[in-house]
Amino acid sequence: MASNEVLIIGGGIAGMQAALDLGDMGIKVHLVEKNPSIGGKMAQLDKTFPTNDCTI
Amino acid sequence: MSDLKKPEIRIGVFICDCGSNIAGYLDMKELVEHAKTLPNVVFVQENLYTCSEGGINEIKTAIPKANLNRVVVASCTPRTHEPLFQSACEEAGLNPYLFEMANIRDQCSWVHQREREKGTERAKGQIAMAVAKAARLRELSRIQLGISHRAVVIGGGVSGMAAAMALGNMGYETDLVEKQDRLGGLLNDHNIVLPANESPAVILNDLKSRLESNPKINIHTKSVVTKTEGYIGNYTVTLNENGAEKSVPAGVIVVAIGARVLKPEGLYGYDGDKVITHSELEALLKQGVPPAKHVVMIQCVGSRCEERTYCSRICCMTAVKNSIILKEADPETQVTILYRDMQMYGVENEDMFRKSKELGVRYATYDPKQPPVVGNGQVRVFHLRMGKEISLPSDLVVLSTPLIAQEDAPDISTMLKVPLNANGFFLEGHVKLKPLDFATDGIFLCGSARFPSNIREAVSQGLGAASRAAIVLSKEALFTSGIVADINPETCCGCLGCVDVCPYGAISYVTDRGVCEVNKVLCKGCGGCAATCPSGSARLDGFSNDQIYAQIEQALAG
Repeated sequence: MASNEVLIIGGGIAGMQAALDLGDMGIKVHLVEKNPSIGGKMAQLDKTFPTNDCTI
Repeated sequence: MSDLKKPEIRIGVFICDCGSNIAGYLDMKELVEHAKTLPNVVFVQENLYTCSEGGINEIKTAIPKANLNRVVVASCTPRTHEPLFQSACEEAGLNPYLFEMANIRDQCSWVHQREREKGTERAKGQIAMAVAKAARLRELSRIQLGISHRAVVIGGGVSGMAAAMALGNMGYETDLVEKQDRLGGLLNDHNIVLPANESPAVILNDLKSRLESNPKINIHTKSVVTKTEGYIGNYTVTLNENGAEKSVPAGVIVVAIGARVLKPEGLYGYDGDKVITHSELEALLKQGVPPAKHVVMIQCVGSRCEERTYCSRICCMTAVKNSIILKEADPETQVTILYRDMQMYGVENEDMFRKSKELGVRYATYDPKQPPVVGNGQVRVFHLRMGKEISLPSDLVVLSTPLIAQEDAPDISTMLKVPLNANGFFLEGHVKLKPLDFATDGIFLCGSARFPSNIREAVSQGLGAASRAAIVLSKEALFTSGIVADINPETCCGCLGCVDVCPYGAISYVTDRGVCEVNKVLCKGCGGCAATCPSGSARLDGFSNDQIYAQIEQALAG
């Protein structure tokens, strides 16, 4: 039987958003990240313009 | 009802260390001991991280064990963590609206890092306020809504076509509405698309045939949306199709109305003949290469100026593309591009830029304070590097003008109650995190309606908006928040004060009864009506007067 689960390779902001959207559609997602925590480059930023939101 | 029949209020308080964010600055032991003394509090627990799996489990265990019927978490901000704690309560069988939060991090420990004692006193007060409110909380319920599993896409350019295609392929009935007599929008006017070096007709015909053969997609050309009613999951969209009115249901709406090219009337001697825009040049190129031997292109015409401060992003690559086409047709043709800054982002554009230089296209920067002067078969410009004015012979001048907002953007903005920015483009829900959503639930955005975008971006955004919309359409039902306003018809005098302040159009006046009424689906629980109502008839569930007064009393008690 065909699987309806999704594998996402990379847990940066793009992979995280894809995983969230798929999860919100009710699809089971496996998000794989090589580093100890997800977030990628964005997790290393302090704030983002123009809203000055804390990136974490 | 007598007080004896009411069940005893049993409040559990969970106080979070937030690692060292809170525990590093406040005396946690003192907060715990103080919370134990507050009225109705029967259980107090300190957590290293209440939001961690362990912390959540402690809430879920304590509710049945200590027979709690109210939960207070003193931690960070409800903006990010309230839904998590509410769902923990729900999983343990407690109504999620019997939960209250005290923000002792952002509003206390972070601000009072050097005042441990005073900060601790303040946090005690905040917890006491939350406990006082919690004791007065009532169960609230979310409203369940059925949804229409259909979509309406407004705008049949390449972005709207991509969105409709994706929605149709996912199996959702989609109405694609285009005001012109054909699909394709601005792409119809292009000559050649680089780097693929294809005629846009190839891309368009492929998209069109796939849209037309998809039974889930209904294409409406010569059609405009004249009215929309309803809310997420349940919109009714009225179309005028070639003079005939019809209504279609929709769970979601995608705005893909694109943009239009600025006609540079009054700039650089624009006449549509010897001085033309790039879109006019492309129309000529479709017929054959114009006979001009000296071509001067001027960038940033009507953009990055006081009237239009933005960069239209697509003009540099368009000018470079057309310069290459002219040079390849006849290497003897002189092509000079006068620019302020070249925006050739990405791999392909930079390669194209390099290629144009190899073919002999000349580039010269100009200062907007000393703009080029067009006339008498030449273009005079102050050459910044040479430090003097130069004169370029020209039998054709091509102006790079920006994409500007569509003329009907304000009408659609008003109709859908979605905002525009200062330049008249549609404003997304969040510049980083919700680029394809509007703040209004169930309405999405893609392509140049949002900001000038190239074909790849327009298609990506169309696919992205469809994917966001599918999150709504994939649900069997939707639930609204329980925090909504209500108006007591017994005391409402129909002054319309609440109607004026409601930013969501959720309150209407019922003429025959002379009172105002809240549509609980449209209500976002901002409380504007409750604060405005002179007779106290409007109230916001979860923020009632007695709850807020109890908090104020606690705030003033300390």
